[in-house]
Amino acid sequence: MKKIITRNRILTLAALILLGGLLALAEGNLDPYKLRVLNLCAIFTIFAVTFNLIYGFTGQFSLGHAGFAAIGAYAAALLTMTPEQKVANFFLQPIVPLLADIQWPFLPAMLLGGILAAIVGFLVGFPALRLRSDYLAIATLGFGEIVRVLFVNWQSITNGSLGLKGIPEHTNLYWSWGAAAATVFIVKRLVDSSYGRALKAVRDDDIVAEALGISLAYHKVLSFTVSSFFVGIAGALLANLISTIDPKVFLFFLTYQVVGITVMGGMSSITGSVIAACLYTVFLELLRPLEMSFSLGPIHVPPLPGMRMVIFSALLLAVILFYRQGLMGRREFSWDGLIGKLNGLRLRLGRRESSSDEVSS
Amino acid sequence: MTALLEIDALTKKFGGLVAVNEFSTRLEAGELCALIGPNGSGKTTIFNLITGIYRPTSGSIHFDGAEIGGERPDLIAKRGIARTFQNIRLFEGLDVLNNVLVGYHLRLKAGPFAAVLRMPGYVREEQMMVAQAQELLEALELDHLIHEDATSLPYGQQRKLEIARALATKPRLLLLDEPAAGMNPEESNDLMRFILHILETFELTVFLIEHQMRVVMGICPRIIVIDHGEIIAEGPPEAIQTNQRVIEAYLGVGEHA
Amino acid sequence: MTFELFIQHLFNGISLGSLYALIAIGYTMVYGILRLINFAHGDIVMVAAYAAFYLGGMFVLPWYLGFPLAILVTALVGVIIERSAYKPLRNVPRIQLFTSAVAVSFLLENLGIVVFGGRPKAFARPAFTDAVLEIAGAKVLSYTFLIIVTAILLFSALSLIVHRTKVGIAMRALSRDIETTGLMGVDTDTVITIAFAMGSALAAAGGILWAIKFPQINPLMGVLPGLKAFIAAVLGGIGNITGAMIGGFLLGVAEIMIVAFFPEFAGYRDAFAYTILILLLLFKPTGIMGEVEPEKV
Repeated sequence: MKKIITRNRILTLAALILLGGLLALAEGNLDPYKLRVLNLCAIFTIFAVTFNLIYGFTGQFSLGHAGFAAIGAYAAALLTMTPEQKVANFFLQPIVPLLADIQWPFLPAMLLGGILAAIVGFLVGFPALRLRSDYLAIATLGFGEIVRVLFVNWQSITNGSLGLKGIPEHTNLYWSWGAAAATVFIVKRLVDSSYGRALKAVRDDDIVAEALGISLAYHKVLSFTVSSFFVGIAGALLANLISTIDPKVFLFFLTYQVVGITVMGGMSSITGSVIAACLYTVFLELLRPLEMSFSLGPIHVPPLPGMRMVIFSALLLAVILFYRQGLMGRREFSWDGLIGKLNGLRLRLGRRESSSDEVSS
Repeated sequence: MTALLEIDALTKKFGGLVAVNEFSTRLEAGELCALIGPNGSGKTTIFNLITGIYRPTSGSIHFDGAEIGGERPDLIAKRGIARTFQNIRLFEGLDVLNNVLVGYHLRLKAGPFAAVLRMPGYVREEQMMVAQAQELLEALELDHLIHEDATSLPYGQQRKLEIARALATKPRLLLLDEPAAGMNPEESNDLMRFILHILETFELTVFLIEHQMRVVMGICPRIIVIDHGEIIAEGPPEAIQTNQRVIEAYLGVGEHA
Repeated sequence: MTFELFIQHLFNGISLGSLYALIAIGYTMVYGILRLINFAHGDIVMVAAYAAFYLGGMFVLPWYLGFPLAILVTALVGVIIERSAYKPLRNVPRIQLFTSAVAVSFLLENLGIVVFGGRPKAFARPAFTDAVLEIAGAKVLSYTFLIIVTAILLFSALSLIVHRTKVGIAMRALSRDIETTGLMGVDTDTVITIAFAMGSALAAAGGILWAIKFPQINPLMGVLPGLKAFIAAVLGGIGNITGAMIGGFLLGVAEIMIVAFFPEFAGYRDAFAYTILILLLLFKPTGIMGEVEPEKV
């Protein structure tokens, strides 16, 4: 048993080193457009995995993701922008003096974004205890929108609907994928622990969970807080990636995409969330030409903005109606699983080569 | 000497409906006592009151000397009261072993940070939990099913699993709500023997709701009969069987398979 | 604030409230029977507005033909949605049904963008709606008055159906106990479809009237009215049709009055609405006329 654990650890370490190498290669060689897509993959991975934690593993259908992302994004943006950029942005109404001269390096700004989002997540967790599934969904959706409306009106802190431009582009593949890796690591470790079991119990049957001594308040709030911390971090990464944010970035539409991704990847599968997030981001870019006019030989197709979302929504409906467990269902990637499959493949190939009359099972 | 469980004049009203009316009783440590009565007589309501799902309208419940009426269910569980439900409620997303392991979570001392970082204190506790769970499943003859989906087990095994999960919380008082529901006579007898076995092995006190009188007559030294939320008889099986009020309460219901 | 101005605001508020009420009824009927928050209901409003737009514009139908036809088309769309996206999910966890509704909503909106184009189109009001009436000394546009009258007529018709016809009684029975009602021989599927059709038809009427009142239509026009109508339904007591009407009127009047008396808060209008919703859900989810019971052990 110990040998297997050590083997797995070495494999994980090797994979991480490989990933690091690939990131370095990418950072050095790819054009900004491709880099941006890769960074977005990481950001959406964090969004999806955290939503999975809240819903797939704890059973809380909380639709407030966009709100937490906004908190992290604005926090990081305001902290990392130079005082000159702030003056330039806040021409309608000057920024609050407290923030006017602050300029932080990226890491503390990102972390503070996460912490602020976590605090709000912590606070949201309590009222969430009293609401059952569909009411919780609408209430958290309302919360996300309240955050957005607040940011639209808070001229002296967020610059209102004008948004913030000129946010330093600190986000690179190391930061984004580093954060994504940390998110996956922590969420997976949590889910694979006794606390994870407790969360799943709360998800499957919260009355029984309580009867077994599990505090619903503690565990639901734990889930909310951990989840919103990383959502805040992802928001910070987003702000420092696209360099321009305004409240419209954080409409419920963002949360909707995250829900769709997670459902399609498979609720309760972290692996599924990662895969789906990356596939979604990539396909969104690949299908961009669909929304501009193009010619298929003699046929001229006019621009069709919104087409990608039509496809996405239709796909999501198809998954919900016909393939409910999504891509991975509840399965996770594991070295054991992979090696097992490879061995099985090897055996099957070996069997075909030998011309004995084996009985197939 | 205070009894393990002391219920005094416990009353529960839902709006105008009186579900439980001045229910009083004492359970001594080590007792095996049955609570029987026709459908809708308030048996499960009493269990829900003891375990904190309902708050008493009036009256008191004392466990080990402490008042627990209206306390939160998870706190009551931590005191040492565990229960099973009328409809078997296993965690369908978890396999057999994990279902039982959930039961051990309430005594975990390590926090989520320690768990995520796999600190030595947490790892030790987790290993202990797993070892204890496996022992428990062995003692209950379920260990060969450890990695099966909990809901794929045959009915009788599911019931045993649910009880095993409750036992994992290391309770002193175990409340079983119609454990033999849906079982044929042979299965019910098996179950009753099982209950007697765990009563001794785990030093429990067992409070048992059962609808089928025949099932409890054989093994419970004390039986409380309620109807419309009130006690109508109490005593050993022989006394209950010949009690006129009890017979009338069950009239028309008869023997249930 | 002169009396005349106040009367104008009042009429505006009741008018807006009528629109919310018409839409809210659809939400409440569906929630009552299926316990589903039909997220796509607001977009039905948009479908109706565009249907009326094209029927009037492209086919040059006069309003007394175009509008009823648009309502019919919209009701049909509502039924199609119910049959394809909700019916198959009758027995799964409610939250998946909700997610399906959200997906339908976004599908409709983006389909609208693709087919109709994202830029707003001008909706042509029928001529008589532009007349100016004088009521209680205040000048009121006739469409404001018209909306209120139409709404009241439609409510009366609905009340008659719900309380006097077999279908209506079946709907109410399903709201109480869907399983038992089904076991008693009621054709659950058909009744549910009829409920959807009626709810969509009312929302369609609301959509067309909305387009008359705010004659700029765009594919996302149903989002905010839909959300506010939902809040109205919860306010009035979700599952209760009278409650939906009351909630609608209350919300409409409150919205207009608050902005009239406190114009500086105009930007926070939507946040207020969401806050009211959250407070309701937390502290009085049964609303004013309260019906739907919380979960029992």
